[in-house]
Amino acid sequence: MELYELSIHEALEGLRSRQFSSVKLTQAVLERIAQIEPKTQAYLCVAQEQALSSAEEADRRRAAGADATLLGIPLAIKDIICTEGIPTTCGSRILQGFVPPYDATVIRKLRQAGAVILGKTNTDEFAMGSSTENSGYFTSHNPWDLERVPGGSSGGSAAAVCANECLGALGSDTGGSIRQPASLCGIAGLKPTYGRVSRYGVVAYASSLDQVGTLGKDVRDNALLLQVIAGHDPEDSTSADKAVPDYQASLLPDLKGITLGVPHEFFGEGIQTEVEQSIRQALDVMRSLGACIIEVSLPHTRYSLPVYYLISTAEASANLARYDGIRYGATDEQAREIWEAYRRTREEGFGAEVKRRIMLGTYALSAGYYDAYYLKAQKARTLIKQDYDRAFQECQALITPTTPTPAFRIGEKVNDPLAMYMEDICTLSLNLSGNCGISIPCGFVNGLPVGLQILGNAFDEVTILHVAHAYEQATAWHLQKPAL
Amino acid sequence: MPYEAVIGMEVHAQLITESKMFCHCSSAYASAPPNSHTCPVCLGMPGMLPLANRRAVEATVMMGLALHCAIPLFSKFDRKNYMYPDLPKGYQISQYDMPFARNGSITVPLEQGIKTIRIRRVHLEEDTAKLTHQGGYTLIDFNRSGVPLIEIVTESDIRTAEEAWRYLVALRSILRYLGIGSGNMEEGAMRCEVNISLRPVGREELGTKVEVKNMNSFRAVRQAIAYEIERQTRLLEQGERVEQVTMGWDEANHRTVFQRSKEGAEDYRYFPEPDLPPIIWTEADIDAIRARLPELPDAKLKRLIEQYALKADDAYLLADERATADYFEVAAQACAGVVEAQTVANWLLSELLRLMRESGQELSANPVTAGCLAELLKIVSRGEINATVAKEVLAEMVSSGKSAPEIIQTRGLKQISDADQLRQMVEQVIAANGQAAQQYRDGKDQALRFLIGQVMRQTRGQANVSIVESLLRELLAR
Ligand SMILES: [Zn+2]
Repeated sequence: MELYELSIHEALEGLRSRQFSSVKLTQAVLERIAQIEPKTQAYLCVAQEQALSSAEEADRRRAAGADATLLGIPLAIKDIICTEGIPTTCGSRILQGFVPPYDATVIRKLRQAGAVILGKTNTDEFAMGSSTENSGYFTSHNPWDLERVPGGSSGGSAAAVCANECLGALGSDTGGSIRQPASLCGIAGLKPTYGRVSRYGVVAYASSLDQVGTLGKDVRDNALLLQVIAGHDPEDSTSADKAVPDYQASLLPDLKGITLGVPHEFFGEGIQTEVEQSIRQALDVMRSLGACIIEVSLPHTRYSLPVYYLISTAEASANLARYDGIRYGATDEQAREIWEAYRRTREEGFGAEVKRRIMLGTYALSAGYYDAYYLKAQKARTLIKQDYDRAFQECQALITPTTPTPAFRIGEKVNDPLAMYMEDICTLSLNLSGNCGISIPCGFVNGLPVGLQILGNAFDEVTILHVAHAYEQATAWHLQKPAL
Repeated sequence: MPYEAVIGMEVHAQLITESKMFCHCSSAYASAPPNSHTCPVCLGMPGMLPLANRRAVEATVMMGLALHCAIPLFSKFDRKNYMYPDLPKGYQISQYDMPFARNGSITVPLEQGIKTIRIRRVHLEEDTAKLTHQGGYTLIDFNRSGVPLIEIVTESDIRTAEEAWRYLVALRSILRYLGIGSGNMEEGAMRCEVNISLRPVGREELGTKVEVKNMNSFRAVRQAIAYEIERQTRLLEQGERVEQVTMGWDEANHRTVFQRSKEGAEDYRYFPEPDLPPIIWTEADIDAIRARLPELPDAKLKRLIEQYALKADDAYLLADERATADYFEVAAQACAGVVEAQTVANWLLSELLRLMRESGQELSANPVTAGCLAELLKIVSRGEINATVAKEVLAEMVSSGKSAPEIIQTRGLKQISDADQLRQMVEQVIAANGQAAQQYRDGKDQALRFLIGQVMRQTRGQANVSIVESLLRELLAR
């Protein structure tokens, strides 16, 4: 077994028992990146020198008798998260050349825990998309089939984890941007509860929906990563001041005493039959592990898509106003006055999907339309949240598909934004309610992974990690690797 | 046809807080080099989040309470969207439909009595960066970006330029009493926009509103309103229409000039700020803030008049600044039963404050404490020096920092009240000024003033005037 094939917890054992050093491990992963990257194009930027010097530092710390949760573990970071000294572009031309003078809180925490940052992974521009095809630079490829998308927007992180180009990764999830690519790449991806993880230093797409999360080769790795990044951050007023439980301790082998709800709104029309079959089989496994399975209903789910696109685009239209070319990023040098400079910088810097969403959001907030669109969407959002609250009075977690189909072909949906938006139909409502969710592999259709989504109550990551882990350990889907 | 002006005012006042509204930067940027008080948050860098300054929020509630506003228990911040280089995020964090305070009032003294002006709302927002246009380009200084700013909006209850000016004075006074703002318009710490419309006296419906901006002093506000009322009156009298426009005050030419038309007004697309949770108070929170309020100018004015039997005008001047009123009260209490409070007020307002202006000192920081002034006034009341000498002594107290007795002692200024000593001098003066003495005897009372003056000159002002006068009358009557 190659070092780059290890999971985080396996690598930690090796590092702790001095079987290999972090430098050795990091080098192995960097070599793997060099070898595989032409196929996957998962990274926007590989910070080789910084990574190796962090690995040396980790080895020094370990030699001095120190240990930490992620000491010496090489990780990939979605390019939406600011990293001091490493370019952060959000997959956008408008931030080309931007090197943040600060670390996001999650990066600071990773560094404190001893993690080695390998580089920044591709994303749809400003996290707006489901395939990385909206990246301002290039499209990443699904390691299971290089003709297909890895999902998005955290597609680079998912592809990198899947292709063993890192041991684990951070992503961000605004409408499914961690769970959907995790599903399409056959790995485990967790979106924590809104407020569980700091957003400080995470470039905002839709502030009330964005949440940083984790992608890993298995559930245990997600628990390890979450343990490090979770917790209250005084620099983020929306981060929750709640104690962080021990996530490793929640990884129990059976599901005795657990009631799982199956919301019928997530099945049937629009969901590929084979995908639904995989989920039904997974439910059988969970039942055999001791879970009680019940039917529940989330009646307002069908409003998720319009509500999501009204709220997220409204917030985005304001969040993206700061990219004016004056203080950082790409600037148009030819403009003679300010309005021309704004127009040229933003016309050239933003891609089509970003412009589409800025226009949608601007429209939804405009005088005369605000009540009909934004305000109404907020009311519907409350109803969607109440659906979840009611469901969690009956069960501890919900089981649904993560995506309606396995990975689609590159280019298949680029000219049909609505078809692309439908890709997130199973994941959107969770961001609107703010709850947590995880996607794990539960089968294959035509050689492509299928994702199972486990949704949890607010701040109850413990339960979804538990259910995901028990299922994962009873199956072997997570051990399957693409031939690259 | 006589017209009546209907005026509403929007005042922006910077709050004095240690740090800016949403970041850790110091807000004391006054003399700092450009862009030295900045950080990724107030520069609108990617991924940065605002943190609401609790002190600024409380200061806004204090202002609301001081203006007798209702404080809603639920309020929130909103984003006001517009792109301009002075706004690094492309939106300003402000408050739209749920301000911290609403429905209040303020009283202002006028010739014809006290007037109440209703306050519509008080809300909190962040200041913008400062733009300096230079030749063909514009420089941006982000030091001011994110400094807390409160906006106070009146109902259209103001009718004259005088009322508007009195309103600003009263508002500034409250800001200073609360210690939350300087209200200094010249330094840009307080800015105001006025909307003015005219209507025939007696009519209910309003005329077309004109907004006036760019006034950099209280005087300019007064002049701009007076000018604008005159301009609109002229238009209406000539049968012309008042256009709905924004005018700017042209300080150099003392006139308002057209800035822009109101048609196609900007849509700010307000929506709730998702990065900041709503602010939810309990009644107890509000009570705790209320308990921190000092006695406010209107209450102080009333009390000064009642407690010290002061003239209303003097009490108004004293109450304008908390430091002045406090100074007065300490001095007046130290003089209680010896010197009348009104005398203390006279000395403070006409002598000491003039000396402060001349020497450019702050009353609170000058060496003559309220106790020192009281000591001087008691010396005067005992007849040890007269008022003329006392004024000289006070000036020296301010410049040297020495006490009144010390100055009187070293300069030998003690009043001569010894009748025998004075009698000799008076006799000498009568002898030397025979003509004036004769004139007095012939019934010219003015001559007596002249003779008193001569005695005073001989004694370098130290003679007790009333003794001199009675001695003169006595000796001349012989
Ligand atoms: Zn700052």
